Amino acid sequence: MADAVHPPVHFRTHPDRYLHWDLSFDGPVATLTMKVAEDRPMWPGAYELKLNSYDLAVDIELADAVERIRFQHPEVRAVVLTSALDKVFCAGANIRFLGQASHAFKVNFCRYTNETRAGIEDASRHSGIHWIAALNGTASGGGYELALTADEILLIDDGNAAVSLPEVPLLGVLPGTGGLTRITDKRRVRRDVADVFCTKAEGFRARDALRFGFVDAVIPRSRWADAVAERARAAAEARAPRAGGPGVPLPELAFDERDDGWSGRFVDLRIEGRAAHLRIRGPDADPERSAATWALHAFRELDETLVRLRFNHLEVGLVLVRTEGDPAAVLAHEAAMLDGAAADWFWEEVRLFQARVLRRLDNGAKTVYALVEPGNAFAGPLLDIALAADRTYMYLDPDERNAIRLGRGQGGAWPMGNGRSRLAQRFPADPEAPARLLARAGEAIGAEEAEELGLVTMSPDEFDWEDEVRIAVEERLSLSPDALTGMEQNLRFGGPETCETKIFGRLSAWQNWIFQRPNAVGERGALKLFGHPERPVFDFRRT
Amino acid sequence: MTAIDYDSRIPNNVDLASDRRLQRALEKWQPAYLDWWRSVGPQVFADKEVYLRTAISTEPGGWANFGYVRMPEYRWGIFLADAEPDRRIPAGDHAGEPVWQQVPGEYRNALKRIIVVQADTEPASVEQQRWLAETGPSLYDVRNLFQVNVEEGRHLWAMVYLLHGWFGRDGRDEADELLARRSGDADKPRILDAFNQPCSDWLTFHCFTCFTDRDGKFQLGALAESAFDPLSRTTRFMLTEEAHHLFVGESGLERIIRRGAQLAKADPNGDARDQGGIDLPTIQRYVNYWFCYSLDLFGAEISTNAADYFATGLKGRWREARDYEDHRALDGVAVLPTVEDGRLVDTEVPLRNAMNELLRRDYVRDCERVVRRWNQVLEDEGFSFRFKLPSTRFFRRQGIYAGHFFDPEGNLIDEATWEARKDEWLPSASDRAWVAHLMQPVREPGKMANWIAAPRKGIHGKPLDFEYVRLD
Repeated sequence: MADAVHPPVHFRTHPDRYLHWDLSFDGPVATLTMKVAEDRPMWPGAYELKLNSYDLAVDIELADAVERIRFQHPEVRAVVLTSALDKVFCAGANIRFLGQASHAFKVNFCRYTNETRAGIEDASRHSGIHWIAALNGTASGGGYELALTADEILLIDDGNAAVSLPEVPLLGVLPGTGGLTRITDKRRVRRDVADVFCTKAEGFRARDALRFGFVDAVIPRSRWADAVAERARAAAEARAPRAGGPGVPLPELAFDERDDGWSGRFVDLRIEGRAAHLRIRGPDADPERSAATWALHAFRELDETLVRLRFNHLEVGLVLVRTEGDPAAVLAHEAAMLDGAAADWFWEEVRLFQARVLRRLDNGAKTVYALVEPGNAFAGPLLDIALAADRTYMYLDPDERNAIRLGRGQGGAWPMGNGRSRLAQRFPADPEAPARLLARAGEAIGAEEAEELGLVTMSPDEFDWEDEVRIAVEERLSLSPDALTGMEQNLRFGGPETCETKIFGRLSAWQNWIFQRPNAVGERGALKLFGHPERPVFDFRRT
Repeated sequence: MTAIDYDSRIPNNVDLASDRRLQRALEKWQPAYLDWWRSVGPQVFADKEVYLRTAISTEPGGWANFGYVRMPEYRWGIFLADAEPDRRIPAGDHAGEPVWQQVPGEYRNALKRIIVVQADTEPASVEQQRWLAETGPSLYDVRNLFQVNVEEGRHLWAMVYLLHGWFGRDGRDEADELLARRSGDADKPRILDAFNQPCSDWLTFHCFTCFTDRDGKFQLGALAESAFDPLSRTTRFMLTEEAHHLFVGESGLERIIRRGAQLAKADPNGDARDQGGIDLPTIQRYVNYWFCYSLDLFGAEISTNAADYFATGLKGRWREARDYEDHRALDGVAVLPTVEDGRLVDTEVPLRNAMNELLRRDYVRDCERVVRRWNQVLEDEGFSFRFKLPSTRFFRRQGIYAGHFFDPEGNLIDEATWEARKDEWLPSASDRAWVAHLMQPVREPGKMANWIAAPRKGIHGKPLDFEYVRLD
């Protein structure tokens, strides 16, 4: 079934099985220690993960750890991100791994690692967790970019340790996980200083790193451990404790695997040629405070389905999303989540998780069509999937029972990367539209009216439906996949920019362009030859 | 305003008197250097006159001017070996092109890094050895120690000259940092590990000058093949001095070995320790320790940086021009035993990526020659013990063998075996205590401590009982 050139990627892991990280807890302080196992690359024998360099498997564990800290350890108010190696924090993505990866894999790898890093910042902004990057040695490339996601960066001052972004001078590519954007937009480094920094392979050591704002503090080696611990304690105390119950364990998901797809409790995926049919079922029980509750479990299944689709099914260009079930139950779950958030962090985390999954949909490189058919459950959080889709087709049934329902969450419970609700994003010319529409939350809105209100793209009737949908699918699948990816990203992210949208936008534009160019990946390209005895040869003509 | 007379204060052949940029840099750096020397240089006999050699020119004999001098007044000079007319780049992608008199922008950072790492070792060993003179086994040995120290100081000058002369503000910053790091300091250690190990006894000192300084010889040799001509000329001159340091270590160990053998023969139980000497197995363990620590200095066996440095011409191989025909080294491979699934497997590595290992192999051959000489001494003394260098896999903390356990023959062993047997192979706490207790000063001209044999001859034709350090 999989058409990727690499073995299929699995995204499920658990701290008991981590190969590359230690996750430990001391009251309100968690410590996430990177200790990448050199001899355990995700493609056995293909390369060595030296100097805490990472591949996708390392990042999958990191992403898992971040989620578990949020759901299982509500007491945690500060996380120290550090390394178990002497003199090295992290050397960034493993170059030999990248060198062996196909272009598509590289792009997907960057997208995934960026989502992990955005998740760290999300946990700081919305879950009140203070992140401290404790750089006990050199942080280069992706290693420094990981540090840049933290609220504060501490660097050991031992005369040796440095922070650097050596991608341009050493590899002929760009830092791929938001480094350029974060130094200018988040750390507000002067642009000429940033220019010097990004072309100096060895980077800046303590004095210059501190002076120009690349780190927040430098600490001598003899005081390092105490100073980091002290800073973490102080940071944890400064963040308000979270109201609510104890941590909620995240059990592993289970899917029934088939030749043409997989099925979970709420999510079913079936691949047919270059289209994938994604079906999401509504709740089968009342809301409960556990990982089994529909609002969390269904979105965890959706999350894994989306990343599997990206990495393992490159041939799929179009995802057709359908929902089924009781829309009232979906809205009841939405209400439990939104109402519960004030008293219990758990419900807030569920909403934030849903928001992250929906952003994965925005950031994906596949066309998404929502198909609204009788019996659908497009309401509240599921309706946001239709709003995230590139187009929505709604069946105009003769007895006019096919309907969608706005929920209160449409008001901004699941912001896009640019900070806006998908409802506001949908009506750039009509800023009053969201409020007008939200006034009708909970109401069933039929196909004709939904089209009139601009909530769906088209509402073909019983005579046209089948043909319209078929033609829309066939036409889409005939167009250039590259042009479509670029077009979709442009159209999905109209309006204002944030650090996050810039990172993903520039990744899919600049980085992915450079990744294709002979100066990087040609026979004499810099990325291709890194680690080899030959030196790169550039075509110096600028485009 | 009186102009400073640079040429007499700082002997040089680089026309310092008319180089204002260099003067400006040195005016600030030189006082800091002297402060550094006073605070972490030799702490004993600092005010005494020592019979030292000073280089004052590159003419034949000019590098070896002998006379009494108080060390802080030593005239550290800046010398380049004479320029070779029409010198060509010896190695790498640019082989055969004219050498560079200026640093090419694209290699500036890499070249600076190479120079800084080399430079950092020079002051480090002075710091490591700063208390040694207190327990000197003879005035002859103390003088040799100081000679090594002042020349390491001069080597620092030589490297700083390059940083000041060609690397702008970055270079000046790096030169300042060279005086800010300290051997063994918890906060600002020296860059390489061997240079952070304590050197508190004379057996260690001689091992260090024999094995660790020998790394310097090969690094300087590789830099002498650099495309950057000022670096090549600087290091060629440094090699002359380095050879003397190796003589101090090599002959010093030979004297300790000879004495150990003599004392063992004299002892009814054949134990040199009972006669107040150092037994040969203890010396072997010190040799094991310092040989392996020094192997680490060559860097990873498989190295991208090494390949880059060679490709760009920044470093060549040992005797590149003399011993090699293919100076590009693009086609060959080196075979390296690597650990895979718990056993050693021969692995082919592109030659350029194995440049560190090639240099290490040259070094090992040189060390083997030294060991043969010691064994000849033992044979002459009628003694059956023979010294042996451990495998290059033994006791490594850098490179592909780090993190695994090997016996001195290079066989993979498990950690339990290592823990059980390491005191047979490396200096134990009791070895170190024994050696430490022998370190009692001998300050009468011509006399030697009991555990070390007298040298064959004195310095610069002077007798052994010459007053190499004037104590009054």
